[in-house]
Amino acid sequence: MRGPRLPTWLRRHGVLWSVQFAYMAEYRVEIALWALSGVLPFIMLAVWSTAAVPDLGLSSAALGRYFLSAFVVRQFTVVWVVWQFEEDSIQGRLSPYLLQPLHPLWRYVAAHQAEQATRLPFVMLIITVFFLLQPASFGWPGVPRLLLGLLAVGLAFAINFLLQSLIACLCFWTERASALERLLTIPYLFLSGLVAPLQAFPPPLQHLALHTPFPYLIAFPAQLLAAEPMGAGQVFSLAGGFAAMGLWIALLLPLLVLLWRRGVRRYGAMGA
Amino acid sequence: MLGSCWLGRYLRTLRRFWGTALASQLEYQLNALIELVAMLASLGGSLLVLWLFYRQGVELGGWSWHGALVVLGAYTCLNGLTSTLLQPNLSRIVTHVQEGTLDFVLLKPIDSQFWLSLRTVSPAGLPELLLGLALMLWAAVADQGRLNPQAVLATALVLGAAALTLYSLWFVLATTAIWFVKTWNATEVLRAALSAGRYPISAFPAGLRLLFTLVLPVAFLTTVPAEVLLGRSSGAWVLASAGVALTMLTISRLFWRLALRYYTSASS
Repeated sequence: MRGPRLPTWLRRHGVLWSVQFAYMAEYRVEIALWALSGVLPFIMLAVWSTAAVPDLGLSSAALGRYFLSAFVVRQFTVVWVVWQFEEDSIQGRLSPYLLQPLHPLWRYVAAHQAEQATRLPFVMLIITVFFLLQPASFGWPGVPRLLLGLLAVGLAFAINFLLQSLIACLCFWTERASALERLLTIPYLFLSGLVAPLQAFPPPLQHLALHTPFPYLIAFPAQLLAAEPMGAGQVFSLAGGFAAMGLWIALLLPLLVLLWRRGVRRYGAMGA
Repeated sequence: MLGSCWLGRYLRTLRRFWGTALASQLEYQLNALIELVAMLASLGGSLLVLWLFYRQGVELGGWSWHGALVVLGAYTCLNGLTSTLLQPNLSRIVTHVQEGTLDFVLLKPIDSQFWLSLRTVSPAGLPELLLGLALMLWAAVADQGRLNPQAVLATALVLGAAALTLYSLWFVLATTAIWFVKTWNATEVLRAALSAGRYPISAFPAGLRLLFTLVLPVAFLTTVPAEVLLGRSSGAWVLASAGVALTMLTISRLFWRLALRYYTSASS
């Protein structure tokens, strides 16, 4: 009677997604405001293009494309699971979720993906306005680059979600995991390429940044979408970038599974 | 006689408010420590980004390295004020509207704008405020060799005006919750836009410079105090920033009155 496993899983996810989408569509104004609160790359674009830093190797049009891409990547990789999870566990909603035959984290994945879909029209609008204001920056990355870029955005979301879920798991031990999330935001902000293109970093700092997951959350997908050159002599290489993303996922996923199991055991012990 | 009595009542109330807030905040010492580390790391990050420009010999908008640090100091100071007073108080207005507890506030025999703006205090933001002031003074001495006491006095005035302007912006945005109910992240948009204040206003293209002076007064928040401290500014700018602060404060007051007229309480 039972169908193959994957379709069931997919169907479940589809149902969850559409429920969450209906829910998120209620909060359109709020989501538009969240989208607007990501203006930081545009502010930094204004500063970087006025400063005209030598040796950056980026024309002003390329700079514009990079920061626009960084804005777009950020919009589709935002993760707020820590806040949601903290609230659910403090208010006791987590217990019924744990009883259901579905991993609670899937619920959050679906919520995030539904919210991304609600963001899409606002992001399209902002892209249009940007190119109307700065027609010189317009450039079509080409279909292969666009597809690779979208894949990289998806992977960046996965890495960010895993990272944040790891912190969310700490809710099983401490009540205020969001304070720790604040600490993680800081290296993310400065090393991801959101405020400065990685080309502007001095070599040792660039080297250091590339050993953290942060540049793969913004800079790598953004460079793909902006059709910047990759390979020898550049910050990223195409294969190297995707390999690093795969490695981070391979590292974080088992860690999350382990921490989640331990946390749930502890949570159960607390309620008993 | 009546005036001092009135002021005394508000000051006594304020002491009670902040006393209880401090007592409850002291329960979360680990939070305060994390906040301190986050603040230091965040300032380090801002310095790093600034250095990315100056190490290449680029002077942002013609400002020297130390001059730009004075601007960053003013930003840090106001950011500290935001975490100490504005964020903890004004972000609750939305919750009051949603949960209907705004009715209780309005019934109290005290000015509702006063209650909503100063009910609590978060001491975790204080180190940032002080560090911002210290950075301003240190960088100004490094740039000028010595400090002119008159300039310091004028800076205190201008920085006070900047604080009032910032408060009014926050308050007006938080008040929009009366109509829209779910705008608890409108202030996040403001916070993101104000991060432009980390850099001197002349580091932006002409169009944005105009926007940041006339529409969203970022220039009056950080660049003007820095210019006054560095002795580069005339008295006209001091007067202008006081004027902006008074105008914004009046607007916030009128806006609150208007909002209350539209407020129809929780159950109606």
